[in-house]
Amino acid sequence: MKRVLPLVIIVALAFVPLLDRNASHISAYADTGGLVLLAFGLNIIVGYTGLLALGFAAFFAIGAYTYAFLASPQFGIHLNFWPMIGVSAAVAGLFGLVLGAPTLRLRGDYLAIVTLGFGEIVPQVLQNLDKWTGGPDGIAGIDQPRLFGFGFGFNPVPYYYLYLAIILVSLWLLNNLRHSRIGRSWMAIREDELAAAHMGINTTTAKLAAFSLGAAFAGVAGVLFAAKLSTVSPSGFDFNTSVMILAALVLGGMGNLPGVITGAVIIGLLNFLILPQATNWVQTLGQQMHIAVLASVDLNQYRFLVYGIILVTVMLFRPEGLIPSATRRAELHAEASSGAPAQADG
Amino acid sequence: MALLELRALCKNFGGLAAVNNLTLDVQAGSIISLIGPNGAGKSTVFNLITGIYAPTGGSIVFEHRTLNGMRPDRVTAAGIARTFQNIRLFSFMSVLENVMVGRNARMHASIADSALRTRRATREDREVEHRARELLDFFGLTSYGSEWARNLPYGMQRRLEIARALASDPRLLLLDEPGAGTNPAEKQALMRLVQSVRERGVTVLLIEHDMHLVMGISDAVHVLDYGEQIACGPPDRVRHDPRVIEAYLGKGA
Repeated sequence: MKRVLPLVIIVALAFVPLLDRNASHISAYADTGGLVLLAFGLNIIVGYTGLLALGFAAFFAIGAYTYAFLASPQFGIHLNFWPMIGVSAAVAGLFGLVLGAPTLRLRGDYLAIVTLGFGEIVPQVLQNLDKWTGGPDGIAGIDQPRLFGFGFGFNPVPYYYLYLAIILVSLWLLNNLRHSRIGRSWMAIREDELAAAHMGINTTTAKLAAFSLGAAFAGVAGVLFAAKLSTVSPSGFDFNTSVMILAALVLGGMGNLPGVITGAVIIGLLNFLILPQATNWVQTLGQQMHIAVLASVDLNQYRFLVYGIILVTVMLFRPEGLIPSATRRAELHAEASSGAPAQADG
Repeated sequence: MALLELRALCKNFGGLAAVNNLTLDVQAGSIISLIGPNGAGKSTVFNLITGIYAPTGGSIVFEHRTLNGMRPDRVTAAGIARTFQNIRLFSFMSVLENVMVGRNARMHASIADSALRTRRATREDREVEHRARELLDFFGLTSYGSEWARNLPYGMQRRLEIARALASDPRLLLLDEPGAGTNPAEKQALMRLVQSVRERGVTVLLIEHDMHLVMGISDAVHVLDYGEQIACGPPDRVRHDPRVIEAYLGKGA
C-alpha cells in the first residue's frame, strides 16, 4: 500500500489534462505546481534546517529575471530554455550564498528580519533599475520552451507536465538528501546547533548549503513561471508571495515532504482556482439577482483573510501541520518501535 | 606524553576567573575525574577543550596538537567527543538517527553524493547505520531505535548521549555529569558503563558532582573549587585531603 499509493497518485496526475479539458483549470494546476517547487525550496531552509527565512520570493524573482534577461527581446539575447533551468537555479543559489554568508550567524528573529529585508529589496531594485528591468512594467515577450520542435506557447498542458516532471525529480533528490549525511546534519542543526557542532558538523557550511539549495529551487520555479507567463514584473514577487509559500509549509507540516506538497496544493488551488472560480459564481449570481454588491465582489482580495483563518485553525487544532513528519516509521525498518514507553521528559 | 595536556589553562569572564591556572594530564587508557562543588568551573573546562570558549591563557594539547580556539566540529574530528550536563539530544530525530549524526565527523559523502545517492554515499550510509545499531546494542537501546529521542525515559537519554558521542570513534570522551538526575541504582549502572567504555579503548575524562561515585573507577581525581585546582591524585589520597573536605563541607567539618 505504502509503495502503491504514490504511484497511483502520479498516474492519476498524468491523466488530469485528458480528463479536465478546461485550459484555465490546467493553468491553475500548473501554477500550483510552481508553488510546490517553491515550498520544496523553503522547506529545506525552514523545515529541515530550522532557519526562519522570510522574503523567500526574492529568490523566485532572481530565477525569473535571470531567464527574462537571457531569453527575451530585452537585451536581444535568446538562450535556450532547457539549460537555463540549471543556470537560473545556479544564479539563485549563488544569491542564496551571498545573502547567507554574512547573515547566518544571526539566529531566529534576527535572521527573519534580514531575510525579510532582502525580500523587500529585490523587488524594489527590479522596479527601480528600469533601464535594465523595465521597471514596474517588467519584461515582456519572454521566450517559451520548445521541445523536439514543439512550441509550448501559451498552452498550459505542456507546462503542467513539465512541472509534474520537475516535481518528481525534485522529490527524488529531496528524499535522498533527507536520508543522508547532509539531511541529518540539517535536522541536527534545527534541533540543537551547539550539539550539532559537537558531532563534527560544520554548521556554517551546512546552513549555507541549505540556503543555497533552497534558493536554487526557487530559481527553477522562477524560470518556469517566467516562461509560462512570457512576462515578469516586480509585483509578482512581493511579500505576499513569500507569505503564501510559508503558509503552505505551516499548513501542510514542515520538514515532511508529503505534508509540504499537501499544504502547497491546498494553498495553490485556493489561490489559483477556487477563489477566482468562486468570484465568478458569486458575480454571476449577483448579476442574475441584481444585487450590486455581489455582482462586483472580488473574492481574490480576501485571500489573506482565508489564509489567516486556515493558519489560525491549524495552529489551534493541529500545530504540527496536516501531515507532520513521522520520521521514525518511514525511514527505519519497522523492526522495533513496539512496546517502547512513550514517557517524555528531559 | 599524555593524551591530553592542559597547561596553566585560564578562562576569565570579565573579572571572574572561571578557570584559573589549571594544569592537568590525561593519560591514554585512564579514567580521570574532575570533581568539585557547583560553580567550580568543571563544565567550563569541557567548554574550553571542545572549543565553545577560547582560553584566556594557557594551552590545550591533544595528541601533540594545540586545540586552543579550535572550532567544536574540528575538535570532534580531532578525536574528542563529549556529552552535556543538560542533555542535548536531537529531540525530534529518531534514536538511531541521533547516533548516526554522531558519526558525521567520520563521513565523507558530499552533498552531491547524497542528493544523487551515489554508490559511495549509500555504502557509507549503510556502514554508518550498521555501526550505529552496534552502539545501540551496546547501550541496551536497540528496542528504541525508531523512537524519537525525546520519548525516551530520562536515564535512557543519558545513555543515548554517550552512544552518540562514541559514534565518532573518539580517543577521548568527555562526560559531563552523566549521572545527574538519575537514581543511585542507575548511577551505579552508569559507572559500570563508563568502565566498559574504557575497556573499548576510549580514555575518559569525567565530571561528577558526587565524589563517592567516581572514587571506585577513577585512576586519578582532580578537585576544582572556584576555578582553582585544590587537590589531585589517586582517589584515596584526595578523599582525605583536608582542603577537599573543606571545599565540600565547609570549614571545621
